[in-house]
Amino acid sequence: MREATAVLIHLFLLLVVSPLVTGFMRWAKARLQTRQGPGILQPYWDLFKLFQKGMVIPETASWLFRATPYVVFATAVAAGLMVPMVSTFVPLSMAGGILAVVYLLGFGRFFLALGGLDTGSSFGGLGSSREMTISALAEPALMLAAFTVAIGANSTNLSEVARAAVGETWRFLAPSQVLASAAMFVVLLAETGRIPVDNPATHLELTMIHEAMLLEYSGPYLALIEWGAWVKQLLLMTLLINSFFPYGMQTGWSWAGTATGLALVLLKLTALSCCIVLVETTNAKMRLFRVPELLAASFTLGALALASTFLF
Amino acid sequence: MRRPALAGRIAFGAGLAGGGMSLASCIGVLAGGSTVVLTLPSGVRLFAWGVRLDPLSALFGLALGVLAVAVSIYSWGYTRDSEIQSRVGLLGFFYNLLLLSLTLVFTASNVFFFLLVWEVMSLSAYCLVSFEHEKQETRKAGTLFLIMSHGGTGALLIAFLLLSTAAGSMNFADFHLLMERLPADQTNIILLLFLLGFGVKAGVIPLHLWLPAAHPVAPSNISALMSGIVIKAGIYGLARVLFDFSGAPALWVGMLVLGAGVVCGLMGVLYALMEHDLKRLLAYHSIENIGIILIGFGAALMFRSLGRANLAALALIAGLYHTLNHAIFKSLLFLGAGSVLKGAGTRNMEELGGLIRRMPATALYFLTGATAISGLPPLNGFISEWLTYQALLAGFGTTQSLTRLMFPLAGAMLALTAALAAACFVKAFGITFLALPRSEAAATAKEGNWFMKTGMALPALVCLGLGIGAGWFVRVFDPITEQALGVKVSVQLAAGSGLALSAGAGRGGMVSPSGLAAMLVILCALPAVLLALLRRGAPCRVGPSWDCGLPGLTAENEYTATAFSKPLRMIFATLYRPRREIQAEYEVSPYYPKAIRFESEIEQSFEKRLYGPLKERVLAAAGRVRAVQAGSIHAYLAYIFVALILLLLFGARA
Repeated sequence: MREATAVLIHLFLLLVVSPLVTGFMRWAKARLQTRQGPGILQPYWDLFKLFQKGMVIPETASWLFRATPYVVFATAVAAGLMVPMVSTFVPLSMAGGILAVVYLLGFGRFFLALGGLDTGSSFGGLGSSREMTISALAEPALMLAAFTVAIGANSTNLSEVARAAVGETWRFLAPSQVLASAAMFVVLLAETGRIPVDNPATHLELTMIHEAMLLEYSGPYLALIEWGAWVKQLLLMTLLINSFFPYGMQTGWSWAGTATGLALVLLKLTALSCCIVLVETTNAKMRLFRVPELLAASFTLGALALASTFLF
Repeated sequence: MRRPALAGRIAFGAGLAGGGMSLASCIGVLAGGSTVVLTLPSGVRLFAWGVRLDPLSALFGLALGVLAVAVSIYSWGYTRDSEIQSRVGLLGFFYNLLLLSLTLVFTASNVFFFLLVWEVMSLSAYCLVSFEHEKQETRKAGTLFLIMSHGGTGALLIAFLLLSTAAGSMNFADFHLLMERLPADQTNIILLLFLLGFGVKAGVIPLHLWLPAAHPVAPSNISALMSGIVIKAGIYGLARVLFDFSGAPALWVGMLVLGAGVVCGLMGVLYALMEHDLKRLLAYHSIENIGIILIGFGAALMFRSLGRANLAALALIAGLYHTLNHAIFKSLLFLGAGSVLKGAGTRNMEELGGLIRRMPATALYFLTGATAISGLPPLNGFISEWLTYQALLAGFGTTQSLTRLMFPLAGAMLALTAALAAACFVKAFGITFLALPRSEAAATAKEGNWFMKTGMALPALVCLGLGIGAGWFVRVFDPITEQALGVKVSVQLAAGSGLALSAGAGRGGMVSPSGLAAMLVILCALPAVLLALLRRGAPCRVGPSWDCGLPGLTAENEYTATAFSKPLRMIFATLYRPRREIQAEYEVSPYYPKAIRFESEIEQSFEKRLYGPLKERVLAAAGRVRAVQAGSIHAYLAYIFVALILLLLFGARA
């Protein structure tokens, strides 16, 4: 019962709620910029429409181009099933912890970048080159933040991490946790392609990073990749939330607890979305070669977080 | 009368048989945990034809066996219909000599015998590297390899002699934990000499100079052996010295090895990113992976100094697992590069492209190797990197001093290295195999023959097996860690009856490669099946890529390898010191250039800043010493006389 519910809730959050988070962020961003903006439910309509459309496959593309959407989607969902969301119980905790999550996302990115190169257009190559560069530079910062939490919990297993975090509700005020969560927040912006690193709403190919790799995808393939990206965004957000601000996560099992846990997660997701939207609205997109400085700052924050475990 | 076909069949058949036998005996030792010892007296004092196959030797022998089988099958096909075919007998001779000497290096139990086969290994490797000696590049690389390799052997000779003087014996068996009993400064000197000597063979930065020069110029089947297993002879030597001869060393030794590993990994991959010669790129990745292995070894040494035998075993397993993994996937990648070279006639990635259509099997195997080396789950590279991370993470709790920060920082650098490696292999695979061919040769490339495909399929399968079956495979390391550290940890490591790996008992992290594989298959299949069912008959057509309204995309519009690595070249400009030259010819206005010539290169810092001055000093010193060689027989007689007197005085004093 417990396992089945946990899997269902995870799948619900990953597959059903993830487009909603994106829709909410787009809507909030538009309101902050005093635009009307699309409705919150727009991502669902986009998915629905794309799944019904026909497809155009580039002549230059090989089987890799066709396999990529499935790999991107599967790796994101698989990684999502290893991140605690509503309770500290994670359905596929045995399959892997934070390292497996990071490397699975890397797997999806590897294929996405290959898919970009497979089109033979300059834009695809440009996107893959930039994506691989930025993600490589974001990796050490992410790892340091992850290590800080893993060392606190004495395990890389995310359900253990969450359990340790729940045990000490006010721990997120400790300097090491503040620094590590700041480091992870920067990585979150970089990994999900947000301003100031990448602009998810850009229409100019030359400034694109993530979107440039997808230029040649259409119809259901595009839908799968977009959906995968939303799932990835949601899982990184919950990873940040539940490693540092697990307040209200339930450790046992009850219907009431699950309901409050779910409500709290949605609330926290909304709050984090608002933070991201605020950053996006108040900042301009950086030049590509300024991004390494941002990520180096994030790395330094992570290193300081580790160092501060000596003091506190 | 020459009969190359027969020569090839005999040579590579022998290699295949030898590899199979090596495989069988090593599996026997690893499964049984017993040591096979065989000693033939030679009649000469201090020297014996001693062979000892203990678990550590057996692990390296296992890697050698797998490679010998795969590469022998591959070579059979590779040498056919090629320019080497007429000299295949010679190639086969050195090939088998190299395999034999490697086997003996891994098993020799006597100092002199070890040094003898070590030399045979270096010399046969030299002959194989210089096999295509018509090219100047090859000759230069061969000479560099020979010189550096002998410098390393010199250091080894001194270290071994110091060690055997202390032991009063030449047998490896008497060296076990010997260094614990020696005075500290003597141990330090011996250890440093060993690190230097074996470091050259392993290609540790800054002793790596020969590696990216020598590995690409050898015939590709030989490159696979060189990068796969010959550099592992250095790793074997280090493992033998650090975990057999030496007891718990001083903490700084572990820190040195760990630091060297981090630097080696990062620099290796950064230089690899700038290469667009496919085989040179792979050679630089060998340096990177040696770094990852050393991170495991260094952590193991530090844990040993800190008295944590179980953790040391975990780190040692991580290092050795990566040694085995790298042997397999790197040889797979070199064999793939060999097929590309044979099929398309070039190793320059800027002239390749689109090979996935002309060479589908090679592309698939190369992709398998690329995903494995990038550490993507559930393949074998992920497992050993995962183990390394776990060891480093656990290291944080082993000490209260500031040293403990080294572990997570090394872990972060390992993450950077692995992510850059993934970027590099996106480039290597994407530019070589995807999109449109960039030259006529690539457009008409031919897929390798059946032997070559089988030779690549074998290591590809082993990559998958060592990944998914990691939970079962870790048991192999039990006899090794017991011999080296006195503990067995596979029971704690294997969880869920082998379906998963767990880092230490209880609450440590867990990963299940087979679970991940199953999950990925299901999650890929689900949308695929749904799409196939729901969209039956939906339009899906093939059309041109978006060309910005220009008339059609050609290969010239594609991203090149140089362009792909441009962002990293600019970000790490302090390291690379890139230089570029652009010449453009204009017709009417500067906005419409008629022709552009672009040239870009990076500075080879080690060559220029370290080895350049060193070479000049050595030459200057040699010039001064030349005065001694006057050409007069009287002077030479005087030298002999003086030397004799000095020796007599020395002997009388002793």
